[in-house]
Amino acid sequence: MLKDITLGQYFPGESVVHRLDPRTKLLFLIVYIVALFTASSWISYGVVFLFLATAIAISRIPLKSIVRGMKPLMMILIFTAILNLFFTGGDTVLAKFWVITITKEGLFRAIFMVLRILLLITCTFLLTYTTSPISLTDGLESLLSPLKKIRVPVHELAMMMCIALRFVPTLIEETDKIMCAQKARGADFESGNIFHRVKALVPILVPLFISSFRRADELATAMECRCYHGGEGRTKMKLLRYKRRDYLAFLAAILLLTGVIVLVNFGL
Amino acid sequence: MAPILQVKNLQYIYSMGTPFQHTALEDVSFQLERGEFVGIIGHTGSGKSTMIQHLNGLLRPTAGQVLLDGQDIWSDKKLTRQSRFRVGLVFQYPEYQLFEETVYKDISFGPKNMGLDDKEIDRRVRQAAEFVGLTQKQLEVSPFDLSGGQKRRVAIAGVIAMEPEVLILDEPTAGLDPEGREEILANIQTYRQAKNATIMMVSHSMSDVARLTDRLLVMNKSHLAMDGTPGQVFARAKELVEMGLSIPDVTKVFLRLQEMGVDVPAVYTIDQAVAALKQLKGRV
Repeated sequence: MLKDITLGQYFPGESVVHRLDPRTKLLFLIVYIVALFTASSWISYGVVFLFLATAIAISRIPLKSIVRGMKPLMMILIFTAILNLFFTGGDTVLAKFWVITITKEGLFRAIFMVLRILLLITCTFLLTYTTSPISLTDGLESLLSPLKKIRVPVHELAMMMCIALRFVPTLIEETDKIMCAQKARGADFESGNIFHRVKALVPILVPLFISSFRRADELATAMECRCYHGGEGRTKMKLLRYKRRDYLAFLAAILLLTGVIVLVNFGL
Repeated sequence: MAPILQVKNLQYIYSMGTPFQHTALEDVSFQLERGEFVGIIGHTGSGKSTMIQHLNGLLRPTAGQVLLDGQDIWSDKKLTRQSRFRVGLVFQYPEYQLFEETVYKDISFGPKNMGLDDKEIDRRVRQAAEFVGLTQKQLEVSPFDLSGGQKRRVAIAGVIAMEPEVLILDEPTAGLDPEGREEILANIQTYRQAKNATIMMVSHSMSDVARLTDRLLVMNKSHLAMDGTPGQVFARAKELVEMGLSIPDVTKVFLRLQEMGVDVPAVYTIDQAVAALKQLKGRV
């Protein structure tokens, strides 16, 4: 069913990772990605891997759900591994058959690339799993607020993102309902060639668009009724404030990055 | 005569095998006769909507059977598709499913999917429009230019045009004004009489179901709690209230009169109440 699609699902929890300021988590993510791309040896990869593993352990996110989120990316991972394995030149030839040569460098490179993508995705998962969409947009808005000086509509963008995220489940439910209603009138979405199937979507898309516009209109009216007038002078119910744990997290991030840089520079 | 639709030990479990698994229907059995008007009442979340989606094969039961004219609708793929046409289902707020440029085209969507020829489609569209009280002129306008009540009628006509032997409606009068409600209920009656169709209506209005239906099904916590005439069902007022349901207002008044020691029978429609009061007056 359509309802089973997960989209950066949030797992409510009480761990330290959950309670960190969303800005801290966003900045942390950036630092972590830089560290990840700096790493180039077994030891440095080991360090970034251990770091993320510890963070996941602290967050108490079940490993199963992270693995499940990984499944749709299997193809990309396999593709990356194969490309790097077969098409990296090097001196130490491990195996050779027909036009394909596998070198030691290629093997290492394939492993590193896959590991890099895996870690990259896992750390973004950790962010979306432990941060509710609302606080995530809050954090983004706050981090990007300096851009207001050059007239970037930061608040408006954050609000749009927030509303979009909010309505994803609603739209999925709506689509489900309309599909059922058209099926009850004999609509057939499963058979026929591609043109048939695309045409069969019209009875779903038209009502879906119309109800989206209606919803947007109603939401705008409701917001105006409550005196919404954009970001200027607007106060927040949940003020973002850095706490001790946030400073500790920053310290950890800086230590990680310098550690990896030092390791790489010493060729380890 | 054999029943048109038979439901046997229906069970439905949502999201089987995931942490979100939950039972929506458990051991539901009943049958519908031709020409019968059956009401379904039940608290929100009692499984009414899930149940009706089984009757035309939109949902596949996790256990149990749905027999249409004695045949299991899931025994053959063709039969499942046929059941969509023979058992018409009008969802809640059906006006949100309209999509065509004209009312005519929208009503013809169902008959076209049935693979009928143009002449037959035309006959059915015009007849369905007549059943729901739409004028010939209105057939040529965009459905989005109509009022809410008229849109609802277009959507109901879209299902009626398939000329289903069983017509199921999920709260067809929700959100309409009293006049619109009466009209739609009258339209449904007209269709039933013209085609000797079986009608099944989900409703939250106790007085509507008391007045219109021959039989009432009461759903409670995924189970079929009661199945009987409105008189039999409303006689169990206390149980209904415990399920979070109510009884028609006039029944409430008469039950109170009984409590006060007035010699009146239990009634559930206005007409019965008037007759009972006249009788009482004659005696005094």
